[in-house]
Amino acid sequence: AAADARFGLGRPALPEEVAAWDLDVAPDGTGLPVGSGSVEDGEMLFSDNCAVCHGEFAEGVDNWPKLAGGEGTLADKDPLKTVGSYWPYLSTVWDYVHRSMPFGAAQTLSPDEVYAITAYILYSNYLVEDDFVLSNENFLEVEMTNTDGFIVDDREEAEKHFWTAEPCMENCKDSVEITMRAAVLDVTPEEEGAGEE
Amino acid sequence: MTASFKGKAPSRRAFLKGSIAAGGAVFGASAARAAEPDPLITEVQDWATGLGDGVDATPYGLPIQYESDVIRRNVEWLTADTISSINFTPIHALDGTITPQGCAFERHHSGAIELRKDDYRLMINGLVDTPLIFTYEDLERFPRENHVYFCECAANTGMEWAGAQLNGAQFTHGMIHNMEYTGVPLRTLLNEAGVQTEGKWVYVEGADASSNGRSIPLEKALDDVLVAFKANGEALRKEHGYPVRLVVPGWEGNMWIKWLRRVEVTTQAIESREETSKYTDTLANGTSRKWTWVMDAKSVVTSPSPQSPIKHGHGPLVVTGLAWSGRGAITGVDVSLDGGMNWQPARLAQPGQSKALTRFYLDIEWNGEEMFLQSRARDDTGYVQPSKAQLRDVRGENSIYHNNCIQTWWVKPNGEAENVEVS
Repeated sequence: AAADARFGLGRPALPEEVAAWDLDVAPDGTGLPVGSGSVEDGEMLFSDNCAVCHGEFAEGVDNWPKLAGGEGTLADKDPLKTVGSYWPYLSTVWDYVHRSMPFGAAQTLSPDEVYAITAYILYSNYLVEDDFVLSNENFLEVEMTNTDGFIVDDREEAEKHFWTAEPCMENCKDSVEITMRAAVLDVTPEEEGAGEE
Repeated sequence: MTASFKGKAPSRRAFLKGSIAAGGAVFGASAARAAEPDPLITEVQDWATGLGDGVDATPYGLPIQYESDVIRRNVEWLTADTISSINFTPIHALDGTITPQGCAFERHHSGAIELRKDDYRLMINGLVDTPLIFTYEDLERFPRENHVYFCECAANTGMEWAGAQLNGAQFTHGMIHNMEYTGVPLRTLLNEAGVQTEGKWVYVEGADASSNGRSIPLEKALDDVLVAFKANGEALRKEHGYPVRLVVPGWEGNMWIKWLRRVEVTTQAIESREETSKYTDTLANGTSRKWTWVMDAKSVVTSPSPQSPIKHGHGPLVVTGLAWSGRGAITGVDVSLDGGMNWQPARLAQPGQSKALTRFYLDIEWNGEEMFLQSRARDDTGYVQPSKAQLRDVRGENSIYHNNCIQTWWVKPNGEAENVEVS
């Protein structure tokens, strides 16, 4: 068959079907539904639906993700990467919360609720005031902290010295000393299975 | 993160168990003459006189009980819970290149869902002439291809960026599996819908709650991406995306969307959570690389290793491991016994296949000398696997993903091995 042969399999998708599944929102706002929500409403919704894992102020509980804080830490030894300190686009917050949160009960939030929760997450990161109302109309006006913090994969330039015609085979260094041992850290799980009492 | 595990490292335990089993007396005596006749030979054993299981005993079999340590393992402290989490392939105990599906690692973001073929739907939409819906039965009617590829999590070896941390190849390098896939090229399905000229990307997502949406450039989507429904000859396992997953050869495992439900042709990348918050690699200066799709050339000695110590004493020793590259085929693997001062070429069990695991062997005489075992892979683009120091020089210690550094195992005179870093 020719490379562009068609087989006549499948059937046309109906508009309702595409609308039900095509929920993604792009950085330029493509895909955002009409709607709005306030920081005030978002605080209530966040408390009811999100705070058990993410904390009342989006600061995180136990090992669950912190959604706020960490601004200016990206070059630190232990950076804190949150919506405020790290995420480049607000579209991702809206899209991800709408489609995949709360954890264990995803796709239960209405568009207005997602606008409100997104507004509250912005507020918890000091990116908007407490009377802010987020809508599809002002969505692109919100400035995120780290939008310019990303570069496209540059390994072929930055790491071009890893493309080496002939690696060293003999007498490549004078000595070898142990500088770190995993057994000292001792965080590996115990063996389970055969022979375990 | 705080260590929450008590007790000795697995290497020590495995070593002790092995020593006890061998009675301590035969260590280093494999070629010794037997003093007494072996009762396993001189006495008739049960299995040589009685009967084994009938052919109807096990319609679908599991490994024999004596291999029950060859299992996936979880590291509890890595993630908040076991639902959005990872486990590890027991690569220290496997050989060859094909990963048994039953112990091939899992990585889920909202658990392993159960999706019947009857309930399965795949949508192609966006910038296409005709948005389409396929059933599972539709997919089986397109011309198929078979390919072997590795799927390596972008975070494989990620816990090792700042130092030697987990003591075993399973934990340091086991977020990987390698299977023979059967499926339909994504290009065939896109062609059926008719990609419009403005289309530059595809956005792919799964049927699970996490959706795991990722953006893939159209060029890759039309090249070698496979919509797969069989792996190692049988249906995908539930935890690997049953009934249909995406196979994205050479690229980070996160993009291998499981329970694939939708492919949307777009003008732009969606910049989803899994390509902004996650799967971006922060450099020392605080800027981050995005769209680091390819998995670079990498290798690891799987035995001896912390979970696979030398228990047979001195003399012949098989050093073996795995090598792979997302850029193409492995052309060679060098092994060092002295921490990288000197290297010798290993033997590839088979010529390297593009974007698939390659098995290597080095057969040596070991007489109890301390070794610092390393392996260094080369691929057909001329890329040579770097040291951790070389990687840190470019990236710092906080990029989380894409750690393809050379691994060192310190093999001690008693045959134990430990994960170490060396100068």
